[in-house]
Amino acid sequence: MLIAIGSLTLLGALLGAVLGVAARYLRVEGNPIEAEVEALLPGSQCGQCGFAGCKPAAAALVKGEAPPTLCPPGGRAVAMAIAEKLGVSVSFGDQEELEPEVAFVNEDLCIGCTRCLKECSTDAIVGAAKQIHTVIAEVCHACGKCAKVCPTDCIEMRAVPATLATWHWKKPRVKVAS
Amino acid sequence: MKLFRIRGGIHPEYRKEMTAGKAIEPLPMPALLHLPLQQHIGAPAVPVVAAGDRVRKGQLLARARGEISAPVHASTSGRIVDILPFAAPHPSGLAQPTILLEPDGLDEWTDLPPPLDPFSVPREEIARRVAECGVVGMGGGTFPSAVKLDLGRKFPIDVLVINGAECEPYLTCDDRLMRECTAEVVDGVRIMARALGVERIVIAIEKNKPEALAAMAAESAAFAEVEVVPLPTRYPMGSERHLVTALTGRETPARKLTADIGVVVHNIATARAVHHAVRLGRPLISRVVTVSGRAVREQKNLDVRLGTLVSQLIEHCGGLVEPPVHYLSGGPMMGQAMPGREVPVVKGTSGILALTAAEAHERDTMPCIRCGSCVTACPCGLVPVEMAQMIRHEKLDAAARIGLLDCLNCGSCAYVCPAHIPLVQYFNYGKGRLAALQRDRRKQEMTKRLAEQRAERVERLDRERKAKMAAAKKAAAEKQEGGA
Ligand code: SF4
Ligand code: SF4
Ligand code: SF4
Ligand code: SF4
Repeated sequence: MLIAIGSLTLLGALLGAVLGVAARYLRVEGNPIEAEVEALLPGSQCGQCGFAGCKPAAAALVKGEAPPTLCPPGGRAVAMAIAEKLGVSVSFGDQEELEPEVAFVNEDLCIGCTRCLKECSTDAIVGAAKQIHTVIAEVCHACGKCAKVCPTDCIEMRAVPATLATWHWKKPRVKVAS
Repeated sequence: MKLFRIRGGIHPEYRKEMTAGKAIEPLPMPALLHLPLQQHIGAPAVPVVAAGDRVRKGQLLARARGEISAPVHASTSGRIVDILPFAAPHPSGLAQPTILLEPDGLDEWTDLPPPLDPFSVPREEIARRVAECGVVGMGGGTFPSAVKLDLGRKFPIDVLVINGAECEPYLTCDDRLMRECTAEVVDGVRIMARALGVERIVIAIEKNKPEALAAMAAESAAFAEVEVVPLPTRYPMGSERHLVTALTGRETPARKLTADIGVVVHNIATARAVHHAVRLGRPLISRVVTVSGRAVREQKNLDVRLGTLVSQLIEHCGGLVEPPVHYLSGGPMMGQAMPGREVPVVKGTSGILALTAAEAHERDTMPCIRCGSCVTACPCGLVPVEMAQMIRHEKLDAAARIGLLDCLNCGSCAYVCPAHIPLVQYFNYGKGRLAALQRDRRKQEMTKRLAEQRAERVERLDRERKAKMAAAKKAAAEKQEGGA
């Protein structure tokens, strides 16, 4: 009996010590998962998720306060990466994927106010004061912020058409016979 | 010659008897030709003609752009009507830039490059000529042939394999070429061997084409380096990797080329096109197409100018006896569905099939009974049932880990599945989706980089402005002091 109690106490003490040491030496600053999740997000701080930027968005994700699908510009690729990192399941339902979009400046209406240009976090808009502005489609990540600030409403978000290089087959819709 | 066993495979109904006995027949010149700028793998060609130009047969219409690309030539003499987007012979039916050429009925050749003697010119000359003539893999792969003829410089190649398996059901165009144009094909084959610098040539033909086997063996008897080998009839014997394994016993590692193990494979029709390019200086402007399927009144093998619309081929075959459920370009196993009949014949169009509902036998899907037939049939040793499940649940990375990207899309698994699960459709979707995700990821990375750069710049400008303001303030203060 005494031996049993003694050995268990000793075991407990030893393991406790190991854990204590480990906690001291292996400690990490901040919340590591949060930083990792933030790294998965686009980092454009566009705010479409309803948070002030990607960092608070990542914090909410880790706490489970937001679904992995929160980031519209990130699309499915980001949602799936987040879900995998956090070990949660992600459901897109039967919803079709959001069509990729790109901002388009209607050059007849642009007055060259440069407001959109200041808004764009990836420098996708080129132009200068009193000159017509235009969007570099490859660089635009479709956050839509420029469209919101344009005083003449000349920016619209347009769907990016599929090409032979980007088109792919849809998932088969299986009708199961009974 | 001893053959090696290959894994899996199936014995589909071949249905080649509909066209195997039909000699190649030229198709009358259509009233308008539609020549897409992209008829090959790689970058689309760049037009060098404009609307209104008069061109002659064989004249360059669009030049190759970059290494992996191929030029497009005029299929006949006539006038360029326009260059505009036109439906591609692709399941999406998306339009792609296409040159419209109105034939003038004269069909007169342009000044062609001089004939080459392939056995006296330097080896590189051959590949250069083949590139100039726009020759691409005509079995359906459409990879620029010149690039494959140049592989001898990068890899130690010891065998050239000529793929006369034609293992896809229905198709007989290569069979007919081997029987009717035997000398041209064998000459083309020898020219290709010279370009590659190989001493050994194997022409492999499935046993269900005895006439082609006999003709090719007789023609190549004079050349010691050429060996004609009968292959067992089994689908997909004509898959490059499987053909090489059957003939040499060598396995091509995943995501490598057959050239990595010293073998280059070319197709029968390509060999003939190489013969035309080198010996006559003629670019690739026509090809033989099998028109078949029970929805067509009279199945035929036609010699077609590139750019002819599919509807004209079908019309020449007496039209339809019933509306088909599908139009396919290529064979029924690996062919691509076409959006309709108003699409052009291109360099890779080996067959046009109009299948009736009975032939296509599409049936309702039932739940998987886990019979394992798909696993046995897969020539690549994959587990189709598992991959399809994963793709259904969007676990694309997991599917890729168990070999999705090694799948040939050969359709053997779907063919044998008793539950009629559309396995290949899942794989098509899965591969396309993976590629799209990859593109998204790249864009995501770029966005992130740009956003960081901008944030840095904004911060730096801010700092500089503040520093300047502080300096100005200080200067002003000093001035005041000095003044006081
Ligand atoms: S929507 Fe996405 S990119 Fe925009 S701030 Fe939120 S997490 Fe960042
Ligand atoms: S939508 Fe406008 S602000 Fe957003 S990335 Fe595109 S151009 Fe820039
Ligand atoms: S062949 Fe069809 S039913 Fe059999 S295991 Fe494969 S998917 Fe399931
Ligand atoms: S389609 Fe792919 S998975 Fe199916 S049998 Fe062919 S290689 Fe195997």
